[in-house]
Parts: sequence; C-alpha cells; structure tokens
Amino acid sequence: MSHNLTIKELQIQADIIREDIITSLAVAKSGHSAGPLGMADIFTALYFQTLNINPKNPDDPTRDFFILSNGHICPVLYATLANRGFFPKKELLTLRKLNSRLQGHPHRTSIPGIETTSGPLGSGLSQASGIALAHQRDNKPNKVYCVVGDGEQNEGNHWEAVMFAAKYKLSNLIAITDRNYIQIDGPTEQVMPLGDLEKKYQAFNWNTITIDGNNMQQIIATFNQAKQNKDKPLMIIAKTIPGKGVSFMENDYRWHGSPPGGLKTERSPEKDKQQSIAIAELHAKEISERGNWYKTHNHLHPIHNAKKSSSKKK
Amino acid sequence: MKLNPKLKLNANQPPLPTRNGYGDALLELGKTNKNVYVLCADLTESTRADKFAKAYPNQFVEIGIAEQNLVTVASGLAHAGKIPFASSYAAFCPGRCWEQIRTTICYNNQNVKIIGAHAGVSVGPDGATHQMLEDIAIMRALPNMTVVVPLDYNQTSAATKAIAKHIGPAYMRFARDPTPQLTTPKTPFQIGKIQVLQDGSDLTIIGCGPILFQAIQAASILKNQHNISVAILNCHTIKPLDTRTIEAYAKKTKRIITIEEAQIAGGLGSAIAEHLSSTIPTHIYRLGIKDHYGESGEPSELLKKFKLTPQDIARECHKIFKTK
Repeated sequence: MSHNLTIKELQIQADIIREDIITSLAVAKSGHSAGPLGMADIFTALYFQTLNINPKNPDDPTRDFFILSNGHICPVLYATLANRGFFPKKELLTLRKLNSRLQGHPHRTSIPGIETTSGPLGSGLSQASGIALAHQRDNKPNKVYCVVGDGEQNEGNHWEAVMFAAKYKLSNLIAITDRNYIQIDGPTEQVMPLGDLEKKYQAFNWNTITIDGNNMQQIIATFNQAKQNKDKPLMIIAKTIPGKGVSFMENDYRWHGSPPGGLKTERSPEKDKQQSIAIAELHAKEISERGNWYKTHNHLHPIHNAKKSSSKKK
Repeated sequence: MKLNPKLKLNANQPPLPTRNGYGDALLELGKTNKNVYVLCADLTESTRADKFAKAYPNQFVEIGIAEQNLVTVASGLAHAGKIPFASSYAAFCPGRCWEQIRTTICYNNQNVKIIGAHAGVSVGPDGATHQMLEDIAIMRALPNMTVVVPLDYNQTSAATKAIAKHIGPAYMRFARDPTPQLTTPKTPFQIGKIQVLQDGSDLTIIGCGPILFQAIQAASILKNQHNISVAILNCHTIKPLDTRTIEAYAKKTKRIITIEEAQIAGGLGSAIAEHLSSTIPTHIYRLGIKDHYGESGEPSELLKKFKLTPQDIARECHKIFKTK
C-alpha cells in the first residue's frame, strides 16, 4: 500500500511525526524522547512506503507484519500510526494517561495496527521469527519487519533469536537495529560494549546492510533492496542520531528516558520553553521545505492551526 | 460429575508416566490439526514430543537450549494462527522464561500452550535444580492463564486435547515417573471441572496430579483404622478454579486437606484457601512442599522424606479430624 510520496515529502512527513512525538510527550509529561525522534525517518519510510498494510483493515492476513521490540520508543509508533490513519491524531494527546489506548508501552489488543505488546526488552526478534517461520512453512509471501534497539541487545533472549532465525533461514525476516549508541545508563559502549554489530550478525550467518538511518534516500533504497532478500535473515544496522531534529536533544543520552520539559541540561533551554522551541525548530524546517502536499495535512500542534486560520483570514 | 466407580480397577494396569499421555495425544492432534505446532528446547525425547517430531516435521520446531526463545517464538507462531505447544522441563519453562510468558503470551492473550515436564520432587535423582515446585504459583498468578495438572496418563492425553481446543494461554505440568492409572481412556475431562474420585462425609482431600493416588490410599487407611469417611476431589484445573464444587464440599465436610507435589505457598492449596477464606471460612490444612527445595533420591524415598506417603497423609487427616 505505497503512498508513492517523494523523498522530500517523506522527509517532511517524518518531521511532522517528530512534532507529534514532542507534543504527545510534553502532554504526557513522561516517556522517551531520543529514540523516537531518531527513528522517525525509518518509521515514516516503513509506514508510508515499504509495508504492505491497510489502516482500514489492520488484520488483513496478506499484510506485512511490523514488530517493535524496544517498546519504549512507542511515541514514534503511535505518531506514525496516527498519521497513517490507524486512529485519530488527537488521541496522541492521551499518551500514558488513564484509560488511554496509548499505553506507556504498546499493548497489542489496545490499538489497531499493533502486532505485539512490547517494553520488556530482547524478545521482539523472537516473536518476529515465530511469525516469519509460520509464513515460511505455509509458503506465504508476507514479510516480517522488526525494529530492535541497540541497548536491548544486551539481552540473551535477543541472541537466542539471532541463532534461531539463521538456523531456519528466515529470509522473509527483515530486522532493523536502531544503532544510536545510547541506553538509559549512558553510551552503549560504556554500559555493555556491543562492538561491531555488522560483523557479529555476519558471524551469526545473517545478511547485513549498514545505513545512515536519518537519510531518507538511503533508507528507501535499502528497504527496496531488502524486499529481494534471499537465503538468510537480513539485519539493517541503521545508524541514527538520538534526539534527531531537536538541537538540544541530539546525541545526549540523558534524553533517552526524558520528555521535553523533563530535564534541564547545559545545552537545553529552560524546561518550560523546551516544547515550544523543539516544535519551532521542526516547524521552521518544514516551512522552508513544504509544498502543497503539506498544506492538506492534519496537524496536531496548535502552531499549525494558528497559521492556517490566519492565512484564511487573509 | 462422578467418575466411574470401578475406576480404581485401572490401578491394575501398568503404571505410565503422565508425559506419555502428552506425547500420544500430540500424535493424534498433529494428524487432524495442521496448525498444531510443537516446540522443544533440546528435550524432545524426555518431554515425549519425539513421535510428533518424526511424524510431522513441518509442525515441529527445535529451538535448542533457549527457553526464553522457546516461548517468544511460540508467541509469534500463535500470532500467525498456529497453536504452539512450547515444551521443556518445568524448572526451565516456565522457570526461566516467566516474564516472556507474562508479556508476550498472557498480556498479549496469545494461544500458546506452555508444557512443563518433570515437576515435583518425585522427579528423583536429578535433584532440586530439576524438581520444579513453584510453577503452579507463578503460572496461576498470571491473568488470562489456564493452569492444568493432570492426574494420570489418560487424563494427560485428554487434557492435552482439551487445551488444544481451548483458545488462550494454558499451562500444563507433568511428572516424570510412571504412576498408576486412575482413569480410563473414556473418563470425561473438562477444563475447570473437579472430578470426585470418591465421596465422603467427614473430611475432604482436594489435590492435583499423580500424588492423588497416595491420597486414595490414605483414605483407605482412615476408613479401615478410624472409620473416617473421606471425599477425594481431583482438582486438575487450578485456574479457573471449580469454586462451586469446592464450596459444596466445604459445607458438607467442614474440614479440607489439600495436597500437591509443589510449594504450598501459592499452589493449589493456596488457591482454595484464598477462595474459601472469603466465602465459607473453613479449616484447611495444606500438604505439599513447605518452603523447601527437593534433593536427589528415588521418588519413593523423596515422598517419604517430604512426608507425602499414604501414612503421612492419613496421619495429618486424622489430626485435622480430631480438631473441633
């Protein structure tokens, strides 16, 4: 179900998703910022270009499956699903609130389009492998995509799945590592060094590709290539910038588990200014790049509504 | 529901391990239902999944020694429409992979069957590490989970078929050694429905698993030596609990003894005590393993050491009977 957006349009869509991430986290007053912002480009590419999915029929048996293993980056999954039409965008403002469908970590049966509950780390790739094995044995063409964090690869369960997928030659399994080099306690290479992941996956008998996970052109080209994957499971190691798009959050592990307004660092504005400055940074980028497509979009943050209504008056 | 009163005649049949009932039922299920998958973590023969593996290689998945992967791959298979049976020793599954069962199977409400073999002290010489005693407690605490502990070979076969038909997560535990057959292949089995093995009016023994054979022998001692009439209930489903039958016997006999080859903390006895304490407060004594690990030895020696022989059970029942 490709939308056939241009690279430029996909980039703008990714920034709109980033704005929605910031807005929903600021309202929630808790949650993770860095990972979701860093992965916005990849989620946009998956949901607006690559995945065979249908928001009007999320359980379509011919769909591709997407498994998010590191559930804590769900603000990007929620924002992407909402932008893709799986549920109303204004529901993003209920993130982490009582009675919300948008739980702090995603829950399978809560929202359409979520294949599995995740949050406890290291078990997403196993579930994706189980789904892939079932389709392989039934000779079905569905592909299974799985996003895993780099920090969560400290978990033994993850490497059990790595061996398993290689043994059963699950070439319908396309995994993406969010290689952003941070986890809660600090840089990944200090907390528990992961080293050269590409070599590790090759040694475990996987196909591998390493990309810049914030370069839309590379992402799309790689995902197109991945559809032809053969013989082995594929690991795409996507090097991303945690906090991407918000200058004071980029590459600072302290934003791993903090929302905008939740932390004052030497590089950040005061807490009460963080949300508006983050939105302004992302919005400014959109203004310089936006085209007609952008105007028709349904935006969450009031900054857009203000602009829309004032332009109508003129 | 009452069992065939002649069922004790079946004790004359050769004893069989409960796990064999699992293996034989799987073989039948695999033939009729191509969605039934069996997964094993390098214990295919001893969990009796070997016949299935040979007959239906396309429905069998060898996971290797990786119990966390065992249950999470099963969760994925269930999401794709399969009915996976994830089998290992209970000490390792659910012992090692409880969180994965909690999140990816129970909270997800996936149709996975968790199979824990080699539970209880009667596992024998392998010792405490392999004698799972806490599985009932940790499984019954999980929302959406069904917990079944079958009585004997025939019942394990029936229970295997029943949990395959049941939609939702289920846990089933087996013993290792051959045990007497108390039921016949025709004895009905229904998840969540207690079977009255024998009726009685003075006190009630409620238990699960092959240890109920010792309870039946204890009841005979009590009848012959003290003229005490003992009802014996096979509570093969710990969750959901058959509260109606339990309440009826609490009213009828006033005193209840529970028995299980598991920690008494959190097990079947706890489940019954929890229920009756807020409905029909009843004098309950729980037999089982009392905050202790098992150890190596022959099964019969271990049952003696942990005071689960018919004589031990009869003595505890008599004590309870004498209290007012």
